[in-house]
Amino acid sequence: MTKKQTLDLYFLTARHLLIEVAAFMDRVDRSEGEEDFRIIAFRKAVEELSKGGSNRAERILNVFSDPTTEPVEKSASKSATGAYNPAFK
Amino acid sequence: MRYIEPHIHMVSRTTDDYIDLATSGCVAVSEPAFWAGYDRCSVDGFRDYFNQLTKYEPLRAKKYGIKHYCWLCLNPKESEDLNLTREVLSLIPEYIKSPNVLGFGEIGLNRNTRNEFKALEMHIELAAKLDVLILVHTPHLEDKLKGTRLTIEAIKNESIIKPERVIIDHAEEHTVKMIKDAGFWVGLTLYPQTKCTYTRAADIIEIYGSDKIMVNSAADWGESVPMAVTYFAKEMRLRGHPDSVIEKIVYENPIKFFSQSGKFVI
Repeated sequence: MTKKQTLDLYFLTARHLLIEVAAFMDRVDRSEGEEDFRIIAFRKAVEELSKGGSNRAERILNVFSDPTTEPVEKSASKSATGAYNPAFK
Repeated sequence: MRYIEPHIHMVSRTTDDYIDLATSGCVAVSEPAFWAGYDRCSVDGFRDYFNQLTKYEPLRAKKYGIKHYCWLCLNPKESEDLNLTREVLSLIPEYIKSPNVLGFGEIGLNRNTRNEFKALEMHIELAAKLDVLILVHTPHLEDKLKGTRLTIEAIKNESIIKPERVIIDHAEEHTVKMIKDAGFWVGLTLYPQTKCTYTRAADIIEIYGSDKIMVNSAADWGESVPMAVTYFAKEMRLRGHPDSVIEKIVYENPIKFFSQSGKFVI
């Protein structure tokens, strides 16, 4: 596809998603209470968006990923949260 | 368009979904053994589940002209209990010869714990002994990268297993390359929020090509899209990919992989 075709197909959807991200970050800022590891990881992921390179999706997935290499003794729950929590090392 | 749904949990879906799948061109489904959304009380729960997968569900699918195949295992969400793992594995040789069983799946890791890893090794060892195909579940979200690495390592440790007889599923942008480099098949799961989207799946195929890759919905009891493969096909068509490439991914590739079981017939 040409750049124009790509923009014609996806620009409005991407614009919509980007505004959702911005509104989410504003919502978190307005909320009371302490932040946690998820929004810290999220901000790092957003930084990746403005960097160059053609593998932004991969780099953002890596930001959220557990960087350790060995199995853990126990897990706090059956469900993943979406961002690695360094406190659970 | 004819297609095969390579990963879907039909026991959790309604007959309306069978109608939609059939009318959209789906000719066969492959159903890995899965977590029920709650932990089963004992090994007897798995016997009932394996009976459902091997006896009842194929008849239900047949009413809509769809062939039903399945995979057996103790899923990673319940594999923290190693005694249960041993008990469930002891059931499998009894069911593995059923005509619709393609192999072991979806085996793998959930939170990457030591017990899950031990249970995965036990599954891999028995799969190698029985010489069956393997379908791997990779963990969700932040656990996927590490879990995919650990799983590849565990399978490679069982040197008798040929990588072309293994599909590593739920791959995303950060895991596709390592799966392909190790010689395994790649599964892309089109599942809301926690996995891939059909647009990203099309991107991945444009980057890595259409060899040894499949797309699936993994539709289950959660909010999911049983028709997701057709959305992917539409996306590929919209981008100008020829029907031959689309058919390769959604029909010919599943046949090529599943036929290695010696049981898969369309």
